[in-house]
Amino acid sequence: MADITNQSLNEIIENVKTKKVSSSELTKAYIKNIEGAKKLNAFVTTTFDLALDKSKKFDNKPNFDQLLPGIPLAVKDLFCTENTKTTAGSNILNNFIPSYESTVTKNLWDNGSFLLGKLNCDEFAMGSSNETSYYGNVINPVGDQLVPGGSSGGSSSALAADLTPATIGTDTGGSIRQPASFTGTVGLKPTYGLCSRWGIVAFASSLDQAGPMTKTIKDCAIMLEAMSGFDEKDSTSINKKKEQYSKNLKDNIKGLKIGIPKEYRVDNMPKEVDVLWEKGKKILKDLGAQLIDISLPHTKYALPTYYIVAPAEASSNLARYDGVRYGYRSKQGKDLIEMYEKTRSEGFGDEVKRRILIGTYVLSSGYYDAYYLKAQKVRQLIKKDFDDSFKNIDAILTPSTPSSAFKIGEKKNDPVSMYLNDIFTVPVNLAGLPALSMPAGVDNKGQPLGLQLIGKALDEQKILNIGYAFEKNCGFKNEIKKWWS
Amino acid sequence: MSLDKEKIKHVAKLARISVDEAKVESLTKDLNSIFKFIEQLNELNTDKVEPLTSILNQSLRSRKDDISDGKIREKILKNSPKENEEFFVVPKVVE
Repeated sequence: MADITNQSLNEIIENVKTKKVSSSELTKAYIKNIEGAKKLNAFVTTTFDLALDKSKKFDNKPNFDQLLPGIPLAVKDLFCTENTKTTAGSNILNNFIPSYESTVTKNLWDNGSFLLGKLNCDEFAMGSSNETSYYGNVINPVGDQLVPGGSSGGSSSALAADLTPATIGTDTGGSIRQPASFTGTVGLKPTYGLCSRWGIVAFASSLDQAGPMTKTIKDCAIMLEAMSGFDEKDSTSINKKKEQYSKNLKDNIKGLKIGIPKEYRVDNMPKEVDVLWEKGKKILKDLGAQLIDISLPHTKYALPTYYIVAPAEASSNLARYDGVRYGYRSKQGKDLIEMYEKTRSEGFGDEVKRRILIGTYVLSSGYYDAYYLKAQKVRQLIKKDFDDSFKNIDAILTPSTPSSAFKIGEKKNDPVSMYLNDIFTVPVNLAGLPALSMPAGVDNKGQPLGLQLIGKALDEQKILNIGYAFEKNCGFKNEIKKWWS
Repeated sequence: MSLDKEKIKHVAKLARISVDEAKVESLTKDLNSIFKFIEQLNELNTDKVEPLTSILNQSLRSRKDDISDGKIREKILKNSPKENEEFFVVPKVVE
């Protein structure tokens, strides 16, 4: 049999169900891949013994009716996993072992899968290149000098390198979609409230959403189905009937109206991104969709708004790391206040500190109205742009990122140029909408680029269907040479 | 507006993060470039716009004020950096 890991999740599930491969064989194959891929630095923690044990248990008493029967999965190290270290890519949580399981990971395990390991990410999910992690850079399997995107960079790297059959990430401003675009994989940020935030290390609570990262659209539908659902432990969780995204996947998109926003053509965007966007439009048009020019006039204000709202919420969320109850505590500090200050100074990295300071400043007395309140008002305008447009269309097609993966170190010393990477992904988080990044082609360096489909709130099925039809007609194949092993 | 070093030290104090004197310079430069970027928002007139405080079309649920969890002191103390049997331990705060 050929490489059992170099396949889609859906194919792997079929192979398990038809007993072409056992859960133990599958798990061992992934462990072998992971051990040979240390150069990528995609993992912070591995849980091989646990995975082997679970796979044996599955093989002894298989249940093939589950969505993810006997499937080993690695997840971003931002999801709390019971009795397994959870770091959020930070020194301040270097020794944190949760006594509880996040709802989203629990949902995955309840559907038959089990944990293979925890994936590297930018510290507290703050970053677009995985360079802010305390545990070091992650390398993009596409090329040894390239970042895998961020913040879910360990997730995208591990997925593209066949170190996990599928994975999950979190997306506050593009942290699922941008790394998916950089690695030629699929990433979906669901509607705010579709996946529970309970047990996920918080960054910006009004923006954070967990979502699937997969090789194909069908895989994405399977994972979303497994991980989503109402949770009374998250007060912003939406109480609605569970959808069967994979069963309801259809590739007929005839008559659907696809909006093309003129504001997503930005200065200095490489020509290839534009060419790819044109290609995407043509594919959808040839499949019978109708293209409609739209305007989202406040798009350029999305990033400045985000860099007020997200740091403000982060400064509040990260106040809990004080060295008292869990996590790192500085050995210095003569009194309580000094202990706090030293702990936070030594425990957090530079980007996290920068954002806490921005957040503290914009919320501080005398500046709140000028910054935070202003941002909340502009956020309303950004949401209204989408609401107005969606009266006449079914979905929106845009590029996912303004460029393909950049080199390690290239943007590290210029925070604003790093932030600009999220220019096409951030508006969606501010409006709480679902959006999908799907691989669409390569640039002139041969590096993958993605296109983004944005849907109405809770319209995940429709953007998955459009993606499914697109994927069948796009002809993209992710050609990754395994140079690291 | 621009942030000077004193302002940044004050904000760091509010955020309970000690900042090395050597790093204040580069931090000031970074934060000023970020604020210059953020202040594009001032181009927009938002006088008649309501602030968006929740993205959901539903109000936050509340639950009954019943005890649903508890008696897990051991679990909770397990991750504390310095512990005794029953409490979190911090540097001395009262003489």
